[in-house]
Amino acid sequence: MAVKSQKSESRWELNKNLAQMLKGGVIMDVTTPEQAKIAEEAGACAVMALERIPADIRAAGGVSRMSDPKMIKGIQDAVSIPVMAKCRIGHFAEAQILQAIEIDYIDESEVLSPADDVYHIDKTKFDVPFVCGAKDLSEALRRINEGASMIRTKGEPGTGDVVQAVRHMRKMMSDIRRLTSCAEDELFDEAKKLQVPYDLVKYVHDNGKLPVVNFAAGGVATPADASLMMQLGAEGVFVGSGIFKSGNPAKRARAIVQAVTNYTDAKLIAKLSEDLGEAMVGINEQEIQLLMAERGK
Amino acid sequence: MLIGVLCLQGAFIEHIRMLERLGAQTKEIRQKKDITGVDFDGLVIPGGESTVIGKLLNDLDMMDDIRGFIEKGTPVFGTCAGLILLAKSIANDSHCYLGTMDIVARRNAYGRQLGSFATVAPFDGLGDVPMTFIRAPYIDSVGKAEILSVVDGKIVAARQDNQLVTAFHPELTDDTRIHEYFLKMIASRG
Repeated sequence: MAVKSQKSESRWELNKNLAQMLKGGVIMDVTTPEQAKIAEEAGACAVMALERIPADIRAAGGVSRMSDPKMIKGIQDAVSIPVMAKCRIGHFAEAQILQAIEIDYIDESEVLSPADDVYHIDKTKFDVPFVCGAKDLSEALRRINEGASMIRTKGEPGTGDVVQAVRHMRKMMSDIRRLTSCAEDELFDEAKKLQVPYDLVKYVHDNGKLPVVNFAAGGVATPADASLMMQLGAEGVFVGSGIFKSGNPAKRARAIVQAVTNYTDAKLIAKLSEDLGEAMVGINEQEIQLLMAERGK
Repeated sequence: MLIGVLCLQGAFIEHIRMLERLGAQTKEIRQKKDITGVDFDGLVIPGGESTVIGKLLNDLDMMDDIRGFIEKGTPVFGTCAGLILLAKSIANDSHCYLGTMDIVARRNAYGRQLGSFATVAPFDGLGDVPMTFIRAPYIDSVGKAEILSVVDGKIVAARQDNQLVTAFHPELTDDTRIHEYFLKMIASRG
């Protein structure tokens, strides 16, 4: 891809490669070193360190910012798996701080209050990798063009309602399928409509997939939700509030991890879904006051 | 030639694509029924998170079966997390998973993602090959295993009879020579 210098190009490759290693795995939101340990022991392939999980951010209201670096470092010390953390959309100074403490992945996230209502971070300026949310192919390719090396659906964080993650994944996949069936001479106009460089559009046309790994996020709460998202084309799953807002976090986490590996085996998932205790209560789409997915397009 | 690829978590599809490019037949291993009664010519344990793959091997009741295949001589190729799973001990971790190979592995030996790198270095008999290290381990010491590659004074590839390990990811490059090396190991077994 033509946009980046050679140095940032090779960093981008290494950062895409780390996302490849996370595939088929579950990335869990954690707020304390103890929760991080529970997540690691349950089989999380990475943890997202944040002060408040999205359900509590939603409940508390107010401005939501990057977490205290000391809290993030405590989690880095507690586990051996990759540690991710969130910065606000467009807040490149928060991202610089996260890079300074050697975070493994930055999530430029709509879960926090956006710091810039026009520009996302120029992620090509960073050595650490970025994951960004997207609702469709256009958003995904714009984030990749800005330097994101991993994409996730936005879904609707902190709701425990999978409907929006499903909508975003279906939209992304149908956008990709449509592009795959375009004639080559139609791709220039597609690039214009999607507001992204031709190279990226050509890649999707030729390969039938994004040039980076694509996870599901925002509303996954049960092993069945995880299986659904994997069958719709996700390469792995983020679970935020769904685990530590439930009755038995360790058991639910283990069950979701196994459901992602064997996502087509309904018999196994039936067994995994037994006796998990209370799932998070959740909020239905119609009851949501704040649509986080509408932040940063 | 049938290669079983452990598909519990991580970068398994990259191995499958490379092996199929080289004309090998592959089978995904996701649970016990995928290995029961199957006669594999070789096994691949891919990169990913060793804690996750190790845990799933136990939860899905496959640890003893996979160890059994290796102990009875089935050739096995482990990359990155695969190296850690095969190691007899891990220098900075109390876990031991398959433990069939006489090496001491060091997890996350190059630090966090900022320590990940790509390089080109010599590999036993193949000349220079491209190597991608992602939050990679290296080998502190080998017992009965033979050293195949050293980068900056650290052991990054080794072989012990039917077991081949690399700390780096040949499946992330376009260079097929290390996978060919593994297929030759299988062929020479007869």
